Amino acid sequence: MSDAIISFQGVSKHFGSVKAVENASFDIQRGEFFSLLGPSGCGKTTLLRMVAGFEIPSAGEIMIDGQPMSATPPNHRPVNMVFQNYAIFPHLDVRNNIAFGMRKAGLTRTELDKRIDEALELIKLPGYGKRGADELSGGQRQRVALARALIKQPKVLLLDEPLGALDKKLREQMQIELRQLQQQIGITFLFVTHDQEEALTLSDQIAVMSEGEVMEIASPGQLYESPGSRFVADFIGSMNFFEGEISASTDSAVTVQTPVLGEVKVTGSDAGVSTGQQVWVAIRPEKMQPVFSDPGESVNTAGGTMGVSAYLGDRSHFYVHLPQREDPVLVALQNLERSMTHLHKPSQPVWLQWASDAVVVLPRD
Amino acid sequence: MNTNRPWWRPDGFAVYAVIYLTFIYLPVLFLPLFSFNKSKYIAFPLKGFTFKWYEKMINSPDMLEALMNSIKVGLTVAILSTMLGLLAAKAVTRYRLPGRGPVMGFIMVPLVIPEIILAISLLILITQVGIPLSLWTVGFSHMLLCTPFAMLVLISRMEGFDRSLEEAALDLGENAWMTFWRVTFPIVLPGIVASLLLTFTISFDEFVLSFFLTSTDPTLPIYIWSSLRFPTKLPPVLALGASIFVISFFVVAFAEWFRRRGVKTDGTSGL
Repeated sequence: MSDAIISFQGVSKHFGSVKAVENASFDIQRGEFFSLLGPSGCGKTTLLRMVAGFEIPSAGEIMIDGQPMSATPPNHRPVNMVFQNYAIFPHLDVRNNIAFGMRKAGLTRTELDKRIDEALELIKLPGYGKRGADELSGGQRQRVALARALIKQPKVLLLDEPLGALDKKLREQMQIELRQLQQQIGITFLFVTHDQEEALTLSDQIAVMSEGEVMEIASPGQLYESPGSRFVADFIGSMNFFEGEISASTDSAVTVQTPVLGEVKVTGSDAGVSTGQQVWVAIRPEKMQPVFSDPGESVNTAGGTMGVSAYLGDRSHFYVHLPQREDPVLVALQNLERSMTHLHKPSQPVWLQWASDAVVVLPRD
Repeated sequence: MNTNRPWWRPDGFAVYAVIYLTFIYLPVLFLPLFSFNKSKYIAFPLKGFTFKWYEKMINSPDMLEALMNSIKVGLTVAILSTMLGLLAAKAVTRYRLPGRGPVMGFIMVPLVIPEIILAISLLILITQVGIPLSLWTVGFSHMLLCTPFAMLVLISRMEGFDRSLEEAALDLGENAWMTFWRVTFPIVLPGIVASLLLTFTISFDEFVLSFFLTSTDPTLPIYIWSSLRFPTKLPPVLALGASIFVISFFVVAFAEWFRRRGVKTDGTSGL
């Protein structure tokens, strides 16, 4: 086993008949920014709360730095948490909030003051020590919650959707700050979010969860470019799916026959598929290139008509109708020029083309 | 409100408010008024200014003893019922209790049972068991009445604050006991003060239960009631009443100041 700071070993949590977490077994490496990503109710928060000690696993064991944690109460675990609503103590000022967990640290008053000043420096709020909790903005409360947890020098910092309550601009700024902070202090972060863009931005590794089960653990790039299941491919970003059957496969390339796209050549896909297998062909919207005159090819090309379009500022979304397919195909295009209006004429014939290594092949039951 | 309205044609609501306040406070103001009146009969016209009823009040040991009885019972009841209320509020708001609904219902029932029924049933029970009537039995019956009030006040306070504050304290290394003292107690404190004041007041002027369950030591309301039969005993009671009125005014003002301070520090809407 490598340098795992947290190890989940067959961890399950049932609330009555509800299976919140089912048989989770994976490791989190020391110093990683690890995210638990999934829709609400997928068990990600329950898993985090089990690490913190607020929930006890129904089965299995959680090891933190090699120590089993089942019998250890939350106040004796080497982890600290940033709560979803920050849980800043309303009756204490910022300094006393940050100092809350240091009562038993055995520091003198001056040492503690120095540590608090350093913490305030770290979260870029020097001079805010005497403020009350109700005099802080959402972003500032979040920073105080971070400082209060980090001053304890935990082995793992747990973050429960800490950016969910912030507006978009502030959230993006805090994402960058969180990432920098994590790289600066080198503590392992275990981060819970339902926002896939946030998880992609921040994480070294992401565990995608659904209905209590861990579906896949991979880096952001891997999850996006070669997801291992239809659920993950669908949950992360947008994806067009087409039914197909493998007609030929070699080590380096496979050929898929699809009713809608015709023949699709795929390279660089490591899904272990064999000839005759039923599969999904999955292509990201931005990886399909629209052309407006017949390219005269049939492989990795599909002809259709332009449907509705949506202008999103940096890019545009087009819905292209293909014959023999009810749902339109989503195509995303960067708005490289200021006027892209000549592209989106409804009912105009359009051909979609894509590279063979842009296609993901997923097994279909 | 329309500020351009001339004073001789006031707003309907203003008229209503004045009538309302007069209705509430005019009778109460008769108390200090007659306590300074020379005549021992409580009737107009006033006969002149005097302090003698206040002197008599200080020199009437029976009445002061009744006052002390009420204060003793009131303080004990206030502290015990607030403690019980706090424990119950914590249990109800923090743990998944089996049968929480019915239990809560039964605790709250004394609020709606007519006191006279409660008093009679308690009297029957206590005499059947053979416990002698005393201030203890009075206090016990007051507890029964006050605990639901304490619970109502404290449950709303406990529900008003975020559970994750307690989890944060645990997470930062404090055990359950220190979490209570460092987080829960300071945040719930305004509710505790409110509960103490409320339960003390309820016990202090409770008549029916005290009347049925007391023996030879009267509480103040019972003493006052028995004084009504002797006109000479009444003016000192007015003096005492006026004194209590002034003291309660300051206590309530202090409590309100304290509550507002609590509201300000936790940012929520208080009670």
